[in-house]
Amino acid sequence: MSDNSFFSGGINRREFLRLSAGLTAMMGLPYSMHTKVAEAAVADDRPPVIWLHFQECTGCSESLIRSGHPDTASLILDLISLDYHETLMIGSGHQAEESLHKSMKNNWGKYILVVEGAVPMAENGIYCKVAGKTAADSLKEVSEGAAAVICIGTCSSFGGVQAAAPNPTGAVSAASLITDKPVINIPGCPPSPYNLLATILYYLTLKKLPKLDKLNRPEFAYGRRIHEHCERRPHFDAGRFAEQFGDEGHSQGYCLYKLGCKGPVTHANCSVQRFNDVGVWPVSMGHPCIGCTEPDVMFHTSIYDKVQIHEVTPPDFYPNAKPSKRGKGADPLTTAVVGMFAGAGIGASAMMAKKLPQEGEDEEDKT
Amino acid sequence: MKKTRRDFLKSAAVGSAFLATPFSLHAQDLKANDEAVGMLYDSTLCVGCKACVTRCKQVNDMAAVDAPNDGDRIWDSPVDLDYRTRNIIKLYKEDEKYFAYVKHQCMHCIKPACVSACPVSAMQKEDERGIVFYDKNKCIGCRYCQVACAFNIPKFEWPESYPKIVKCDLCKFTNLKLKNEPACCETCPTGAVIYGKRKDLLAEAKNRLVASPAKYTGEIYGEHEVGGTNVLYLAGTSFQNLGFAELEHESAAMMSEHIQHTLYKGFIAPVALYGFLALVALKNRKSAHQVEEQKKVATEIVEKVEKDGEES
Repeated sequence: MSDNSFFSGGINRREFLRLSAGLTAMMGLPYSMHTKVAEAAVADDRPPVIWLHFQECTGCSESLIRSGHPDTASLILDLISLDYHETLMIGSGHQAEESLHKSMKNNWGKYILVVEGAVPMAENGIYCKVAGKTAADSLKEVSEGAAAVICIGTCSSFGGVQAAAPNPTGAVSAASLITDKPVINIPGCPPSPYNLLATILYYLTLKKLPKLDKLNRPEFAYGRRIHEHCERRPHFDAGRFAEQFGDEGHSQGYCLYKLGCKGPVTHANCSVQRFNDVGVWPVSMGHPCIGCTEPDVMFHTSIYDKVQIHEVTPPDFYPNAKPSKRGKGADPLTTAVVGMFAGAGIGASAMMAKKLPQEGEDEEDKT
Repeated sequence: MKKTRRDFLKSAAVGSAFLATPFSLHAQDLKANDEAVGMLYDSTLCVGCKACVTRCKQVNDMAAVDAPNDGDRIWDSPVDLDYRTRNIIKLYKEDEKYFAYVKHQCMHCIKPACVSACPVSAMQKEDERGIVFYDKNKCIGCRYCQVACAFNIPKFEWPESYPKIVKCDLCKFTNLKLKNEPACCETCPTGAVIYGKRKDLLAEAKNRLVASPAKYTGEIYGEHEVGGTNVLYLAGTSFQNLGFAELEHESAAMMSEHIQHTLYKGFIAPVALYGFLALVALKNRKSAHQVEEQKKVATEIVEKVEKDGEES
């Protein structure tokens, strides 16, 4: 492979193909597309990416640079052309600003804008300023020339922790401020880096945006609930729940629903894609899902409150197919006894009835 | 007028000739329409995942059934078909080793008793596809269909103010319309329940019986029961274990309809009956002359009695 290859960091062909095929599958494309995905990944027209940070913790960037396939270096140097990123860029001050403006000018209408963090709107947005401009202003300025805007993380997608009550800075999601561009939300706190990667590769491969749900999240990643693919799901269906942290059920790996797991209402692929390239995710380590990809779950409900399940499914037990025997009929002894008394009664009344008319007849005879 | 023995016999003979209109009690042989659609459920393929139950409820917008010990209301736990459940998976457990699942829903009879019993055609059967379905706008709530059904399928919405009858209609108005397949068949991960034309499904069922005779009981439930149903079953254990009744091969609905339709054919029987009664009445009517004579006799008697009274 050339020096400009996707994995100059020393990944071999096998691993490269594995990644391409994996990402192809994740995007929901047919397997035959994986060569196309690989081609798109090594093509030299790397998409310029401008990454803006507002009110956030940089956790999304941290998550991204911890993805091993590809590693950070090949991601930001070969896969995309990361022209501006406040945490990762070498330049600072005016140098950094110059890089931003140069990239915007050269790639006007073509670059992808990635926004991390919420935008403060209270007091004219003075709570977050970079290079003397408020977050709202720089978002407006940079998004104008963007081909598409990717809001990474719950803060930029839905407001996140900044927008939670009492929200002193009047924070709103970056997504809500962009009305004239296609917006893709990749929520999560932090989101899986592969969701961002897959979205960018989808765009590079097919030159269009992936299918989005009604909250503008890519459907390939956020189309289903965590609950649907959770490894603890069989415990849920069978009614085996951890009731407390550290109890017997918890140590047995039982379902965390009663500890407040938001899996049944949270749309994300965490239970499938996992994190950190080692196949772990919060629920696998014994903590309930906190619903970070949903606008109205995390920061709006308590982490340990149970959620109401709306699309209920049947439990793991079954009604009996063979009809249970109806109430036992009278046994022979009871029948005999009852019959005897009934017979005696009928006999007695018959005898009495026989006697009654005889007296009547006698009277009639006398007259 | 005095009725002679001859008269009586004469009129009795005429009457019985009218009443004893000949009808046979044997139902005609039923044959399913070639285009009739149905389902084939193979109990040996079912893994009991209940995806069909869930999907049916989602597609047809049915409420969940709470279990008594489920305070959090996290499961849909129907124990039988009811007004919230059109389709249910049950388990037959013989011992620790042998078990079988069974799916219950409307059998879509070739000659449905519910349709036959319904006085207002709220229960109907499609001519072409043979789907038995329900029209809530016609229903008067008599629940005859519940009593008539041999499989105990139609369910009544008891807690509702304006209750409906609930039963499987092969997703006629929902999934079948949209995706040309009932939701349960679409969602079944193992192909245990499949949708198709009845004749194809019957052929498929027979093929399976030939291909692996050891796996099955050798019977196809629904092939002949109550004259045949559009939903067919294969199983590895007796159908009685799976909650199916042993039913006659003749359709009871066919027979009762036959009797009724013969009796009331062209309205001959009622006309004959009332005609005969009218005849009897007419024959026994006294003529005007007889009435006059009787009146005369009566006045004579009264006069005689009065006269006697005066004398004494």
